[in-house]
Amino acid sequence: MSKILKNQIFIPIAALLLLAVFNLIMDPSFFKITLGYNSAGDPVLSGYLMTILDYGSELAILAIGMTLVTAASGGQDISVGAAIAISGSVVLRVLCGRDHHAETMQAPIIVAFLISCVVAMIFGAFNGTLVAFFKIQPMVATLILFTAGRSIAAWINNNELPIVNEVRFSYFGGFIPGIPIPTPFFIAAACVIVIFLVLKFTNLGLYTQTVGINENASRLNGLNPEFIKFLAFVILGLCVAVAALIKVSRLSTINYSVIAKDIEMDAILAVALGGNALSGGKFNMTASILGAYVIQFLTTTLYKFNVPADALPAYKAVVVILLVVFSAPVVRDFISAQWKRLTKKGVTENA
Amino acid sequence: MKEKMKAKKSFNSNTILLLITIVLFMVLYAGGCIAYGSKGFTHFQTFLNILITNAGLICVACGMTCVMLTGGIDISVGALIAMDCMMLAVGMSKGIGAVPMVAIVLLVGVVFGFVQGFLVGYLEIQPFIVSMAGMFFCRGMTAVICTDQVSITEKINATFYKWANTKVTIPFGGYVNNKGKYMVPYVRPGVIVALIVLILIFIMLRYTKFGRSLYAVGGSAQSAAMMGLNVKRIKMGAYMLSSILCSVGGVCYCLNTMAGSVTRALGLEMDAISSAVIGGTLLTGGVGNVIGSFFGVLINGTISSIVKTNGKLASSWPNILTAALLFIFIVIQSVFGALRARKK
Repeated sequence: MSKILKNQIFIPIAALLLLAVFNLIMDPSFFKITLGYNSAGDPVLSGYLMTILDYGSELAILAIGMTLVTAASGGQDISVGAAIAISGSVVLRVLCGRDHHAETMQAPIIVAFLISCVVAMIFGAFNGTLVAFFKIQPMVATLILFTAGRSIAAWINNNELPIVNEVRFSYFGGFIPGIPIPTPFFIAAACVIVIFLVLKFTNLGLYTQTVGINENASRLNGLNPEFIKFLAFVILGLCVAVAALIKVSRLSTINYSVIAKDIEMDAILAVALGGNALSGGKFNMTASILGAYVIQFLTTTLYKFNVPADALPAYKAVVVILLVVFSAPVVRDFISAQWKRLTKKGVTENA
Repeated sequence: MKEKMKAKKSFNSNTILLLITIVLFMVLYAGGCIAYGSKGFTHFQTFLNILITNAGLICVACGMTCVMLTGGIDISVGALIAMDCMMLAVGMSKGIGAVPMVAIVLLVGVVFGFVQGFLVGYLEIQPFIVSMAGMFFCRGMTAVICTDQVSITEKINATFYKWANTKVTIPFGGYVNNKGKYMVPYVRPGVIVALIVLILIFIMLRYTKFGRSLYAVGGSAQSAAMMGLNVKRIKMGAYMLSSILCSVGGVCYCLNTMAGSVTRALGLEMDAISSAVIGGTLLTGGVGNVIGSFFGVLINGTISSIVKTNGKLASSWPNILTAALLFIFIVIQSVFGALRARKK
């Protein structure tokens, strides 16, 4: 029993069960999935669970990068929302060219995606340089992009709102004809498989944890902690580009101030809910990814109870604080001391 | 001789960033005067307008400086101001008087600061996580109170409206406008409040026990604890002070904008942090003062004032420029820090 409790993955699963039971009691129709047809006549599955699968996937992709950044640098990147706005803006700029309402696409989607990947990785590298080489706290360093990012995104397209008139582009955030499961899920699955292969066949995971646990010790062991931190931020940049493609594909356009708003909170929450220490060190990728879906479960549940979108962060902030408080060393020591005292008392009374 | 050198050294490390800041402000302002002199940038009132628009920010930057002196950070300030404005607007439109409403806002600031300070000081959670959660909490609570924009008009609350429209005239520096009328320069009551806060915090940091212990904790928490200071309580005090000053700033801010909405004061935490950093407060704590932060605010204000006077530049430019400025100063700080470490 205690083995199960100690496993990191227990936390997100417990939270998932808790939410599921809550929804089951309040309204069992939450779990209904219906097969319908969209306007193009293709079969699509719909229902709250499908929404979670759909929107949780982009969060899961971000959680991959955020877990690595958290583990390596002991801080979080709060600029992911702004970075999504930038790389989404780049995708549209390349696809639409100069004319913001072009009838045909000016470039293949793959080219636009690759360019946005490069741009996102450059911004990741910018954050990474500040953190790794200039030794600035990750959250202060990323605060720069957090504030300026959306303005830069608007500037890339001259404050215009380009629209892509191409059905194929909407597949990434919607449905591929004939497949009733949302595409983002497959993209996320691909990302997850890639990261697990990388973690299995390279030393990235081990090195990242080493740097996070003790930077000086890792340096003495011949690692290059600066480079590993830098790499973590670049990988996050790549994750951001993938998430941005899904985001802009959903609308075929972009809204600079709203796109991916507050997503940094969700991504950090996913990492925290996965039982990973926000101060860096050891990480569990599976738990983080599961955490992302649990967060989306929470978001969807809140939406279902008519909580306005702007008010969502308030509830999530409370969850973050509760999670962080219960994982704080000070609180843990206090609780275990109290627990010991209680059990000891029980023993003496029994005797 | 040795003592003289020592004095010179401390002068260098503590004052050079402040000097850069003051020079930068003067250069910026002079540049604005030369480029946009014909558009009225040279008038004394332009400078006063910078103060009027940034009265709230001055209060917030003072609080931010105190928190940063302890080596922490508070990114919840912008959202807290949004919540303050919304509370003021909604409370007054429900018929609560101006004075009790301001008192409620200040009380909320105290409570909010207490919770944040407790989490950071006593439970030893990273300040960034705590204040980020605080930021999202306040932004969310603003939407819980009301999701629409609520304006404060004369009909809703005459007292508050009167405060906002009071002109405190200044007896010098006026000019004759193109219609031949003599314009008397003025400031709003918010500016007076902000300047009083500035002076009080300056005195507090320099001469009181609490102020000095903020520096001690930021310099080295361990040594401070060995000296017998209650580090946990001092840290909590810093966060409480920040939130209280932020609430004062929120009232000043609301006097200026006279409306509450969910997106109010978006990115203000960035302005406050960059003001403090530009003013020479170290992110690692222990060094800095509010005069520098004041000039930091003025620099930010001048930038947005220049962009506004130009009229052709997009409104997103001040954001990008502030971020760029913060970036430059952070890198300078980091390089200075590395050089100092190497010297030792």
